[in-house]
Amino acid sequence: MITLNHYLVLATLLFSIGVFGVVTRRNVLIIFMSIELMLSSVNLVFLSFSRFLGQVDGQVFVLFVLVVAAAEAAVGLGIIVALFRNRQTVYVDEVKILRG
Amino acid sequence: MEPIVFYILAAITVVTALLMVTRTSPISSAVWLIACFFAFAGLFVLLEAHFIAVIQVLLYAGAIMVLFVFVIMLLNLRPEELKTRAIRFQTVLGGIFVLYLVFLLPLSLFRSGKLLFPEVLPQFGYVQGIAEMIFTKYLVPFEVTSVLLLVAIVGSVIMGKRKL
Repeated sequence: MITLNHYLVLATLLFSIGVFGVVTRRNVLIIFMSIELMLSSVNLVFLSFSRFLGQVDGQVFVLFVLVVAAAEAAVGLGIIVALFRNRQTVYVDEVKILRG
Repeated sequence: MEPIVFYILAAITVVTALLMVTRTSPISSAVWLIACFFAFAGLFVLLEAHFIAVIQVLLYAGAIMVLFVFVIMLLNLRPEELKTRAIRFQTVLGGIFVLYLVFLLPLSLFRSGKLLFPEVLPQFGYVQGIAEMIFTKYLVPFEVTSVLLLVAIVGSVIMGKRKL
């Protein structure tokens, strides 16, 4: 029998894989995709609790998270294109003006 | 039947997510992430969230990932710009941190015992219920998201200008 715990453990695993991608990768596109994966695993938690409590509020929140993810993807990819146009790189360790 | 489907979909999501994180080329990462989102949609269907599952495929696997693939093609990375992988201090530290997260968060679930899913009405997760929620209880957040989308449109236009 599949319980709430199964879904929560799965979502934790996927979120951690996303964290791993953000922490270890240098390619800004893959970092961005890892963030999308983390947002999606949070959606999984929202939906499993919505199913567990029998209320659709969680599903409404998932819609809001999807809107935020879409807005974030549009603006973030615009930033990546501007970065590549100005500095000809997509590697975060080569963009270090602010680091001094 | 349901446990088998859950375990298959869970395995697909975890394996494709791991492949996404470890590939060198961004385009193969994007393809694995699309596969991962399709498996996510299957999990959402198992959770009786049919509308969200459809939206997941349309918006994530469709719109957002197409945007990603377009940007990857637009950047036109030459092969020499794809650096080879190397085991670095950062990777080891990140791996330890992630293992800590993986073991810490499920440990808190062991005490809670079995949390079985209750029976729900057959129309749970249909569009009607979600729409009633959006336009009554969550009307203000819904309107605020439209402002957020407007800001995102303006922001991406500004970012896309040739001269900032």
